[in-house]
Amino acid sequence: MGKRIAKEVSIAIAEAVKQCRVDVIAAYPITPQTHIVEHLSELVANGELDAEYITVESEHSAISACLGSVATGARTFTSTASQGLALMHEILFIAPALRLPVVMVVANRALSAPISIWNDHGDIMAERDIGWIQTFAENGQEAVDLVYHAFRVAEDRRVMFPAIVNIDGFTLSHMIEPIELPDQEQVDRYLPPFRPRYKLDPRKPLSMGPVGIPEIYTEAKKAQDEAFKNAYKVILKAWDEFEEVFGRRYRPVETYRMEDAEVALLIMGSLAETAMTAVDRMREAGKRVGLVRLRLWRPFPLRDFVKAVKGLKVLAVIDRALSPGATGGPVGTEVRSALYQVPGRPRVVNFIAGLGGRDVTVEDFEEMADRAYVYMKKKPKEPYEMIGVKE
Amino acid sequence: MSPKKIKPPLTFPRSLTERPFHYCPGCHHGIAHRLLAEVIDELGIRERAYGVASIGCACFLYYYYDVDICEAPHGRACAAATGAKRARPELAVFTYQGDGDFAAIGLTESLHAAARGERITAIMINNTVYGMTGGQLSPTTLPGQRTTTTPEGRDPRVYGYPLKVAEILAQFPGVAFCARVAVNTPKRVLEAREALRRAFLAQLEDRGFGYVEFLSACPVNWKLDPVSAARKVDELTETFPLGVFRDLT
Ligand code: SF4
Repeated sequence: MGKRIAKEVSIAIAEAVKQCRVDVIAAYPITPQTHIVEHLSELVANGELDAEYITVESEHSAISACLGSVATGARTFTSTASQGLALMHEILFIAPALRLPVVMVVANRALSAPISIWNDHGDIMAERDIGWIQTFAENGQEAVDLVYHAFRVAEDRRVMFPAIVNIDGFTLSHMIEPIELPDQEQVDRYLPPFRPRYKLDPRKPLSMGPVGIPEIYTEAKKAQDEAFKNAYKVILKAWDEFEEVFGRRYRPVETYRMEDAEVALLIMGSLAETAMTAVDRMREAGKRVGLVRLRLWRPFPLRDFVKAVKGLKVLAVIDRALSPGATGGPVGTEVRSALYQVPGRPRVVNFIAGLGGRDVTVEDFEEMADRAYVYMKKKPKEPYEMIGVKE
Repeated sequence: MSPKKIKPPLTFPRSLTERPFHYCPGCHHGIAHRLLAEVIDELGIRERAYGVASIGCACFLYYYYDVDICEAPHGRACAAATGAKRARPELAVFTYQGDGDFAAIGLTESLHAAARGERITAIMINNTVYGMTGGQLSPTTLPGQRTTTTPEGRDPRVYGYPLKVAEILAQFPGVAFCARVAVNTPKRVLEAREALRRAFLAQLEDRGFGYVEFLSACPVNWKLDPVSAARKVDELTETFPLGVFRDLT
């Protein structure tokens, strides 16, 4: 096992990508992702990483280059954020449909306008339906571990879907945290070389991305959807194996102090650490509050999620993105729909918080939990509320 | 190019606000800003000037100009400017972009606006790096130049060659004025001012697209003090020669 050392999370992610022995990196700098690809370019320049580093002229080209690269059977990585992810939008849908397992780290950042370089989940929630495997990291160690996992799962022949690891911009990307990087030998044991069944190879010609006429489009999409659902088992299994090799255990849904809880907060990403403190404080005050965190967002871990919230009276879902005119934030609406068929389901209340870098404090979480208690007795008037708005 | 009608020094341009610039010490954005404001004043177009700001170090343009400013998504300034000018042809529409915005992510929009001969004035600040994100390789990075994404220096075989935007635009019939200037000596400052004036005349006289490229120092990302960075601009002129490449005004 490697040593635990203090490292900027972005640098540690770049080191992990190096350990994954990537062949091609194509990226365009955008705050707050920049340090990841800068460090990768250094590793390539000083010969520590034998890879092609392509300095493309935009994110649209970055992801296009990545697709071209992975189609030839090269292990491929990119990273972006916010507007950059939005600029990739068109191509993002193509990667899973062609079963091209690119791995991308998104340093989550708010979308314009107003221009904001700060953290929320607006960028990735706009890409909810792209068909990529999507995970959210809570801290630096998890961010790094999810990178190994992402390659392992994405390139598995039973999966062959691209994967995004979400890390909160600045609050994770620019933090210095104690992180343990495993030995290369462990990574090699966990992550076999990339050997896709189909790749572009002149010796065995094939076409990728042909037209889908109405007679086959639906079938192609159905096949993609089925395969994506089936990826779930492999995702879980890859975490089991991760535990065997690296000793850390990950599950799609994380729970904290959920035994006998009647109210729970649900959150994704790094804010969960603050929320845990709030849960501890409320527990001390005798309130039965717990915390649920989704690590895996796509494919949605339906069964594990339903199990995690069983017995709750109220579930307070905290969204870090706004879905204007909808019946809630993206996570809120998803969770309501997931629970609708569940007998004895908890009441789902939805808060929007932490937009564009606005801090969400322990007190804010306590307030949300308190409101959840109020809503135990009485239905909220609105399907969602925004927290911490200055009036 | 002979400088004309030089204003007495030390008058503050009407088109600038009094807000201090946020640019790094020795950055040439400040000089370019002032020249642009002087030209807007001189041409008497402040009330109908419409600036399109870009993503990069100059994204706070709206703080500094007492004219209408609209912020475009990264690279889309010339497209946004096209929309504004077509809708309101009486406006004096300009963009202010860096080499990353104009020549990397936005090259398509930039070239097509020029090819269509849009009556807009485009200003590109070329400092050979992506300044705001921390000095990464840009399309105008010189061969051998060290950047944060080419720490060993730009190897043209791997990372390509610098893009000479002024020379490219000079080929376009729709371009009415196209020049490359620098502001690291007093004489060049005056020439730059004149170039800007003509780049505005290109649209005001309904002749076509106006373009001025500033070779600009970025001391922070070049890792030089301001004086050495200003001197270094001379080296840039070997790859990016100064001059007027096309002038129909
Ligand atoms: S980073 Fe470079 S271009 Fe940007 S303000 Fe500083 S010196 Fe000027």
